[in-house]
Amino acid sequence: MSAGFLVLSSFLASAVEFVEALTIVLAAAVARGWRSSLVGAGAAAVVLAAIVAALGPTLTLVPIDALRLVVGALLLVFGLQWLRKAILRASGLKALHDEDAIFREELEEASRVQSERRAGLDWYGFTLSFKGVLLEGLEVAFIVLTFGSTQGSIPIAAAGAGGALVLVVAVGAAVRAPLARVPENTMKFAVGVMLTTFGIFWSAEGAGAHWPGSDAALPVVLAFVIALSFAFVALLRRAAAPRVAEVEA
Amino acid sequence: MSRLVAFGRFWWDFVIGDDWLAAAGVAVAIGATAALKAEGVDAWWLLPPAVALVLYVSLRRAARPKT
Repeated sequence: MSAGFLVLSSFLASAVEFVEALTIVLAAAVARGWRSSLVGAGAAAVVLAAIVAALGPTLTLVPIDALRLVVGALLLVFGLQWLRKAILRASGLKALHDEDAIFREELEEASRVQSERRAGLDWYGFTLSFKGVLLEGLEVAFIVLTFGSTQGSIPIAAAGAGGALVLVVAVGAAVRAPLARVPENTMKFAVGVMLTTFGIFWSAEGAGAHWPGSDAALPVVLAFVIALSFAFVALLRRAAAPRVAEVEA
Repeated sequence: MSRLVAFGRFWWDFVIGDDWLAAAGVAVAIGATAALKAEGVDAWWLLPPAVALVLYVSLRRAARPKT
């Protein structure tokens, strides 16, 4: 797999998670104060950095076939989760991810809770921001570590994630609003396709199989997953249409 | 104990998600690939159709109207 492909996969997956984390941090900041929210986000970033620093070098010690088997299986399970949701969204059976709506819900909930101060911070704002960044960041850490370690280049995968972080934070700081115009649903679809593709490729290799043409088989698997996903979207749209018509009648 | 349960539940939700059957299907398919390899069959071709089947079943379950 080329470095460019690794960076792109890592960038897209991370950007989606950072956009979601930004929405939560913004909602906490607007409702509970910027200081508590930013300190919460910063504390989560420190915890995430510690997790990556501890797990990164450990993963490089695991034999590559065992690593590919475990990582491939995890990526495949993870990728199928993303892909299933993306296909359901694209076929109209699940509501599209809407950062504006999520921001309004988070804001409303954060505004209702009474203020409790600990260590000079609004505790609710701190924990909301901390949990949001930690949970979304864990997915980024998982993707960077698995993609990077299996290809023997965690720094390249981390560069993709770092680029996404800089871009999302810069745009978020400039607009101070949820990044609702980011084509998040399309990006999630792409990430689901990529995770599933790499999951199929690496778990088969980890189980001892050898792909014809070695790495050259990867684009073929990618094309297969894309074709499969679009076929399922078309199938579900057709199946959903009578149901929608029934409701409208 | 409840913290341990919550910790386990977090990782279950994080990795397995809301369809355990899809995760089980993936595990069976990878296991079958390894078993075939042990018998001398290079079963690189097994996972793509297995994933198609798992995804089909998972989507059918998710798209089924709730009664």
